[in-house]
Amino acid sequence: MVHDAEFLIEVMAGQLQDLLARRGIAEPALVGVHTGGVWVAERLHQRLGIATPLGRLDISFYRDDFSRIGVNPQVRPSELPFDVDERHVVLIDDVLYTGRTVRAALNELFDYGRPASVLLAVLADRGGRELPVEANVVGTRLKLPPGQQIQLVGPEPLQLLIQTVP
Amino acid sequence: MSAANLQLDRQGRLLHFLTVEGLSRRHLTEILDTAESLRGVAERRVKKLPTLHGKTVVNLFFEASTRTRTTFELAAKRLSADVLNLNIATSATTKGESLLDTLRNIEAMQCDMFVVRHPQSGAAEFMARHVKPHIAVLNAGDGCHAHPTQGMLDAFTIRRHKPDFPSLQVAIVGDILHSRVARSLIHALNILGAGEVRVIAPRTLLPAWVESLGVRVFHSPQAGLREVDVIVMLRLQRERMERALLPTEQEFFQQYGLTEERLALAKPDAIVMHPGPINRGVEIDSRVADGPRSVILEQVTNGIAVRMAVMSITLGNHARPLEEDA
Repeated sequence: MVHDAEFLIEVMAGQLQDLLARRGIAEPALVGVHTGGVWVAERLHQRLGIATPLGRLDISFYRDDFSRIGVNPQVRPSELPFDVDERHVVLIDDVLYTGRTVRAALNELFDYGRPASVLLAVLADRGGRELPVEANVVGTRLKLPPGQQIQLVGPEPLQLLIQTVP
Repeated sequence: MSAANLQLDRQGRLLHFLTVEGLSRRHLTEILDTAESLRGVAERRVKKLPTLHGKTVVNLFFEASTRTRTTFELAAKRLSADVLNLNIATSATTKGESLLDTLRNIEAMQCDMFVVRHPQSGAAEFMARHVKPHIAVLNAGDGCHAHPTQGMLDAFTIRRHKPDFPSLQVAIVGDILHSRVARSLIHALNILGAGEVRVIAPRTLLPAWVESLGVRVFHSPQAGLREVDVIVMLRLQRERMERALLPTEQEFFQQYGLTEERLALAKPDAIVMHPGPINRGVEIDSRVADGPRSVILEQVTNGIAVRMAVMSITLGNHARPLEEDA
């Protein structure tokens, strides 16, 4: 099954704009989590016309399963080209599942400084949380049975694929 | 089993880092790319990652070293490991304890990684052969054999300035014969596909088999430094002079020392490297060592990132069960 990711990003952009307005946040800093989260963040960044440069986090060194899977050989440098202190940050990922990636991303973010607040925006929330983490902005909610996986393929075109794990 | 094979698991993943020799471009690129991701950690407020939290790294130094030991220590600490520094030359071995006994004793302290420096070639390999399977061994310099993390940090520094390896001409100058740094760097550059590696040294400081390393040999800097992109000066050890392998320091500087005049023979954007600590006025003129083309201090900074990369890759591979990739 394929979902139109561009349409879902439009949905996210609308929700995020409303939320930022309600909270009185004029200039948030967007941070995408590698790889899929960065693709979504790039589009939201452009769509919302945000002046603060986009941040990118690779949480490979912060994963809690290092002792089972080691370091990701495709690790990329994290870049936060703005001062994190007292900044309203929007953390963006493609899929929210167990919550462990978000926990790692928060840990990494706080090693750069102390943000004023952090919002979480995800393209798809598939449930199955193992940690108390919830998203503020959600493109789509999917109830997937075990044995199915969801993957964002991109960057051009951006497609959300749901597949049965072989 | 050779040292090159001993350091890989059945699926070709790096378990120990004993020598650059025999590794593939994929292995070296993985180390360089991981180091690139780790380089920025030093500029952050919290200069620490949780990756090796709960792991214990032992710096096992049978030979004096400040810089290498310090950078390994800092690398391990920046990955949140606990670090134990043991200078064995002044303790166990002088009491007649064998290398294997030392190894067993430290193993009994529940360690995960040994960083070994030893005056004898092959010492780190010996360790890797005898440690328990969950322990990773990193060679921090063994005799005249290898210093693989130094070779990789040099390659990393070169790549940051000159990423196009096939067009690269690198000159390594000085005591090639005794230099584990030179050997590891030559292997790394060849594996990464550098255009040409030259060695420039007096005949007494060149091993007979040097050409088998795939290098071009020069005996004079006037010929060898022409149009090179990178100049790597090696440290001269004073004891070599006592063994009559070399003329005096002054004479060496006159014939091989890197001066501004000699640097002018290289390409205008050539970089100057040295594994340190430098002997000013022996291998290199202070004006060059402190000049705009010197990347010597950058090498020190990069050394921490490269050592962090090797530590996290090897310990990560130890943790990963083989079946997962089968």
